[in-house]
Amino acid sequence: MRYSGWQVLAQGITGNRGWRPAWRGPAPKPAYDIVIIGGGGHGLSTAYYLAKEHGLSNIAVLEKGYLGGGNVGRNTTIVRANYFLEGNSQFYSHSLKLWEGLEADLNYNVMHSQRGLINLFHSDGQRDAFVRRGNMMINQGDDAILLDREGCRELLPYLDYEQTRFPIYGGLLHPRGGTARHDAVAWGYARGADRRGVDLIQNCEVTGIDIEGGRVTGVQTSRGAIRAKKVAIVVAGRSSQVAAMAGMRLPIESHVLQAFVTEGLKPVIDHVISYGMGHFYISQSDKGGLVFGGDLDFYASYAARGNLPMVEHVAEAGMTLMPMIGKARMLRSWGGIMDMSPDGSPIIDKTDTEGLYLNCGWCYGGFKAVPASGHTFAHLIATDRPHDAASRFRLDRFATGRGLMDEEGTGSQHNLH
Amino acid sequence: MRVDGRGRIDRTQPVEFRFDGKPVTGYRGDTIASALLAQGQVLMARSFKYHRPRGVLTAGSEEPNALMEVGTGAAMTPNVRATMQEIFPGLVAQSQNRVGPLDRDLLSVNDLLWPFLGAGFYYKTFMWPRSFWERLYEPIIRRAAGLGRLTPEASPERHEKAFAFCDLLVIGGGPAGLMAALTAAKGGADVILVEEAPEFGGRLLSDRQEVGAAGAATWVDGIIGDLQATGRVRLMPRTTVTGVYDDGSYGALERVARHVAPAPDLPPECFWRIRAKQAVLAAGAHERPIAFPMNDRPGIMLAGAVRTYLNRYGVAAGRNVTIFATNDAAHRTAIELQEAGVRIAAVIDSRREAVPQGDYRLIRGGQVIGSKGRRALREITYRTGERVDRLTTDCLAVSGGWNPALHLTCHLGARPVWDEEGKMFLPAPGAVPGLTPVGACNGAISTAACLREGVEAGKAALKALGLRAPRNVTVPEASDDPGRGQALWFVEGKGRAWLDFANDVTTKDVKLAAQEGFISVEHMKRYTTQGMAPDQGKSSNIAALAYLADTTGRGIPETGTTTYRPPFVPVTMGALGAFAEGAGFAPQRHTTSHAAATSRGAPMIEAGLWYRPSYLPRPGETTWRQACDREVAMVREAVGVVDVSTLGKIDIQGPDAGAFLDFLYTNMFSTLPIGRVRYGMMLREDGHVMDDGTTARLGEHHYVMTTTTAAAGQVMAHLDFVAQGLRPDLDVRAISVTENWAQFSVAGPEARRLLNGILDTPIDTVCFPFMACGAVTVHGVAARLFRISFSGEEAYEIAVPSRYGDALYRDLVARAETLGGGAYGMEALNVLRLEKGFITHAEIHGRVTAYDIGMQNMLSAKKDFIGKAAAARPGLLEPDRERLVGLKPVETDGVLTAGARLFSDGSAHVRETDQGYVTSVGPSPTLGHMIALGFLRHGPERLGERIVMVDHLRGLRTHCEVCAPVFFDPDGGRARG
Amino acid sequence: MLIPCPVCGPRDIREFTYKGHASYLDRPAEDAAPEAWNEHLHLRDNPAGPTRDLWYHGGGCTAWLVVERNTATHVIAGARLTREVRDAG
Repeated sequence: MRYSGWQVLAQGITGNRGWRPAWRGPAPKPAYDIVIIGGGGHGLSTAYYLAKEHGLSNIAVLEKGYLGGGNVGRNTTIVRANYFLEGNSQFYSHSLKLWEGLEADLNYNVMHSQRGLINLFHSDGQRDAFVRRGNMMINQGDDAILLDREGCRELLPYLDYEQTRFPIYGGLLHPRGGTARHDAVAWGYARGADRRGVDLIQNCEVTGIDIEGGRVTGVQTSRGAIRAKKVAIVVAGRSSQVAAMAGMRLPIESHVLQAFVTEGLKPVIDHVISYGMGHFYISQSDKGGLVFGGDLDFYASYAARGNLPMVEHVAEAGMTLMPMIGKARMLRSWGGIMDMSPDGSPIIDKTDTEGLYLNCGWCYGGFKAVPASGHTFAHLIATDRPHDAASRFRLDRFATGRGLMDEEGTGSQHNLH
Repeated sequence: MRVDGRGRIDRTQPVEFRFDGKPVTGYRGDTIASALLAQGQVLMARSFKYHRPRGVLTAGSEEPNALMEVGTGAAMTPNVRATMQEIFPGLVAQSQNRVGPLDRDLLSVNDLLWPFLGAGFYYKTFMWPRSFWERLYEPIIRRAAGLGRLTPEASPERHEKAFAFCDLLVIGGGPAGLMAALTAAKGGADVILVEEAPEFGGRLLSDRQEVGAAGAATWVDGIIGDLQATGRVRLMPRTTVTGVYDDGSYGALERVARHVAPAPDLPPECFWRIRAKQAVLAAGAHERPIAFPMNDRPGIMLAGAVRTYLNRYGVAAGRNVTIFATNDAAHRTAIELQEAGVRIAAVIDSRREAVPQGDYRLIRGGQVIGSKGRRALREITYRTGERVDRLTTDCLAVSGGWNPALHLTCHLGARPVWDEEGKMFLPAPGAVPGLTPVGACNGAISTAACLREGVEAGKAALKALGLRAPRNVTVPEASDDPGRGQALWFVEGKGRAWLDFANDVTTKDVKLAAQEGFISVEHMKRYTTQGMAPDQGKSSNIAALAYLADTTGRGIPETGTTTYRPPFVPVTMGALGAFAEGAGFAPQRHTTSHAAATSRGAPMIEAGLWYRPSYLPRPGETTWRQACDREVAMVREAVGVVDVSTLGKIDIQGPDAGAFLDFLYTNMFSTLPIGRVRYGMMLREDGHVMDDGTTARLGEHHYVMTTTTAAAGQVMAHLDFVAQGLRPDLDVRAISVTENWAQFSVAGPEARRLLNGILDTPIDTVCFPFMACGAVTVHGVAARLFRISFSGEEAYEIAVPSRYGDALYRDLVARAETLGGGAYGMEALNVLRLEKGFITHAEIHGRVTAYDIGMQNMLSAKKDFIGKAAAARPGLLEPDRERLVGLKPVETDGVLTAGARLFSDGSAHVRETDQGYVTSVGPSPTLGHMIALGFLRHGPERLGERIVMVDHLRGLRTHCEVCAPVFFDPDGGRARG
Repeated sequence: MLIPCPVCGPRDIREFTYKGHASYLDRPAEDAAPEAWNEHLHLRDNPAGPTRDLWYHGGGCTAWLVVERNTATHVIAGARLTREVRDAG
């Protein structure tokens, strides 16, 4: 069923009785060509692009809970392509291009809103670092504009330009940066994959990965064994546990990142703002809530919840940057489990087991990557060759030291980010 | 309508406030909601999506409808619950989320379009043409959505934040909480008792009950007296526990002065961080609405709220009230209203077996299936069997039973458990370690059960605390009748039936979600936005779950459970962020020369948490550049003074200090002679450069390390880790002495002359050669002198105890000025170090190796050190890495900018051909052109090559020549003197 | 969270910073194989359950601690000084 304004009208007039399920609920078949473990954003987009770009449809996505139940539905919804290291730069650029055509491609309104993202800087040194970033973004063919203090004031008049502990020197505007409706991304890909014949199987937990003679042969699940020629692990937040089923230890530690939303407010913040000095970033959802987040709580955790010190720190940063926020109320908080890789960049690669593929390590930046992650991972699975845009996300880069992508410069070693 | 003889308001104190511009008079103790209801103003708000007229549903913090803007101008607070805001003279409130006046909101046109605006409609449209999303659709949606307005100014309100500690935290001051607090306090525990309402008592004040021999309110007064008499209880009314965190940590929001006119120095709210050894949750229960068609009109309220308005505020919610209930307890509403002289139109009970408890018309087995009244309820339609009747009424009191307010028990991740018998969710056993749910939030509905459970929980807490239970606590007499009831979540019928009033989610939306495959409760919630409004679905989540279960033919437990995350009620950001906002966001560190520098008109800039002078202007200088050029020339030709105290200083002592440093640094320090200083570089264990600096050996077992300003804290923690974790075999101790010493660099050809003017024993280059260090005295004060240079000139750093810093700095600068020099700032310091090719964290930005900065020969082969193994990885030693070079413009006036990219001459300026980047630039007055440091692929192999610097952002293209990263005095003769 | 510092007693998490798994204490020899270094620096069990990790009481006594902690529940079973853990082998 194609979605459109006409369809909404026609259905509305006839009592909305004609809407069909967005996806089927099939029982697992005994065997598939490809089994994707993980029905989050990345797993669903991988399935979608395998079907769409590579003409494959004998695919199952196995999800232990409900589709899109992980970090794709628990983030601050920011979409951007403002990385500056070789590898990340081309990947996120590729992703943003996919985002820009996503509604038309999926026939689903994911509300991708290119409202502009502004990274503020607060010293000459930070300005230089953002100039470097902006120049690399333009090198890559993306957009960046350097704003001085007055330029920021024009766009963001409600920031505190007078009294902050770290005065605003200026900002780097990424006009094509913005936000999207997080759940819709998962649902749009799910619907698209389902329409192309992919079996989306919920409440199906993988309990084992079958390997014979160095080759993957299938998976054990809570709903029985499923044979597969190829198996893809896309389970950020649980990567270490699932990889262990295949005898692997990963360069991943799991951390908690909290995010927050206020009660609904009339439009007041029109951009995405990132305040590096306070580890604070904020935008306003179309519904009116101010959506914001901070830094990791900074301890290994699978509890999917954080503690008060970081909540307070985030509020303090918000108050420092935009004092008006003091009148808003924090409505809801949530915590996601972040796959933290040593250098802060992801992994999309084959493993030592033939037919077993790995996609993990998205740290706290996986949402904007959803389209390109699926697109390039699908390419790798289908062709056994890395996609150009993701060729540097190798698992062995830590062992060799080749192609480390430490955007923050805090070290390519755990817990330095 | 105000009722005589009822309520706890102070009728001797009328209070006038304004609502939507009109004056309203209530009494002290009223909320906005009760005062408006008393005046017959039932229309108070517009709904979120359909902009339907709404009145209050509840009398508490769970209110979904009556949200208002309170205050004016910069202090205006949006989304204030009219049910929670107490009135005070001069209060200004206005309705929100409307276009035009409240009773004629233009956006109520949305309500006519409802068939097209159901769950998730926006995912299916607004896609074409693409550019219209940002330009047209989204702006319209954003303007229509949202609730109250956030004015863009800072609020003048100053909230507070505080810590509190106790043995037992009791959450909720109803019968269960009061008894728990009393029992624990009498047993010797320090207790904090928090209550969301202004008064303790909970439902005891909202219903007419008897406890012990007296009315409940009298009993409550007695208990409060008893609690105060113990001297162990901190009573915190107007306080809501908002979140449960690990190890007995709780967040709580106190409305300190929200109920009185704003005054300076009176914080409106305080956010408490409470650390409790034990906790009792006595949060009560939330009454359930019933989702019947058109159940959202102003005048349709929860039955318990109707009783609350009567008994706490002396307000009858209507003149002709109908009750629609599923349980015995709600019948009390009819009796209490009748006693107060209010007419009861009927009690419609969904149970056929219902029995009347008083003299009112009881309609058994009835269900309300419709309502009328545009801005206030006028009439309801109900069904009994096949028969449909109408009833004129201006208030419908609804009760579908009660949901335990177990939210806080879910904050650590536990899920509530479905109780099939009680048809309710109960807290999971052991959900929060140390927290015991009691009373209604634990499923105990009768007052007697609440009192009993409170005493038991108090005793249990005492036991856990190692205290003995008191003998003198008895459970007072009270009603032990929980009443009977039936679960009725929704009523089928024509028209929309609201589940989530706040987000305008109806049963049709849930049905549509299920029809479209969103049958997981999480999917339903997200697709319909059920429970995501300011009330977080407190009165609707369970009903929506039940409706979904029914629609999909599953039981409630199989359908799934909902969970709750902090905060329990929304928390003012200004309270959460109090004290550490604005200038207080991060500590401000000032050097001892701060006052002297600012008195000279120096603009101070942030360096980490420190402030340092950018430059020190002299009369006639109008730009930073003039001052900088002069200061550079001053150092090159005479002498300059700069405060370097911000660099980290770590005192390292012990027999194994040398071995310790050998392990930390890439180069050797155990071989450093006493009285000498050496430059050292340390790596992280990942093989990249962590920090650099000089370390001086003051004695056989005594070194002083300096770090960069930025990395001082990180390096100190690193040293502690290495000493305690990796090399506990070494006998060494290290401590930060950054703040103990004021240290100044004196640099330039006249540096020695200047110093000899203040040193008690003069020095010369023989006794104090380059890289020497030692103890000296300055005007009799013991000091340390280091002959090190970050400028390339003959230079010394002199350190004195911090208390002498201000005096020494002023003295040094004054003497420098007599020698043709003076103070210099960070701009000049940067140019001076660039001319010499010295690196800072602009270069060692975390991604570079010793190899990249040309210092691979500092990696000692003779010993192990941190980072050695990882630095040997092949990828970190490849010649095509971006490596440090100097850059100078081909044309003398060529502009270089930090952050610009480097390209081979003639190549395209894109990522694929990118060769590197510029890290630091400065105008060199010494050389007469700009100079830069940067990183270039194959850098050191390309000296002399002409390349192009491109700054896309600033539209700059500059041809430059690659050179060695030392521009001035390459053999270092000047520093050696 | 409350971390039971052996020197200071139970202290709030605000006083501590985190370093990661206690395996950082088992630093390979200088000449260990690159694989051993890769294991040490990068590969982790990353358990969803009991673990031992390193915390620095930088806002207190500056002791480095090995904390026994559950990553799924945040329950802390105990803490020891790294110095003593190392001495005990």
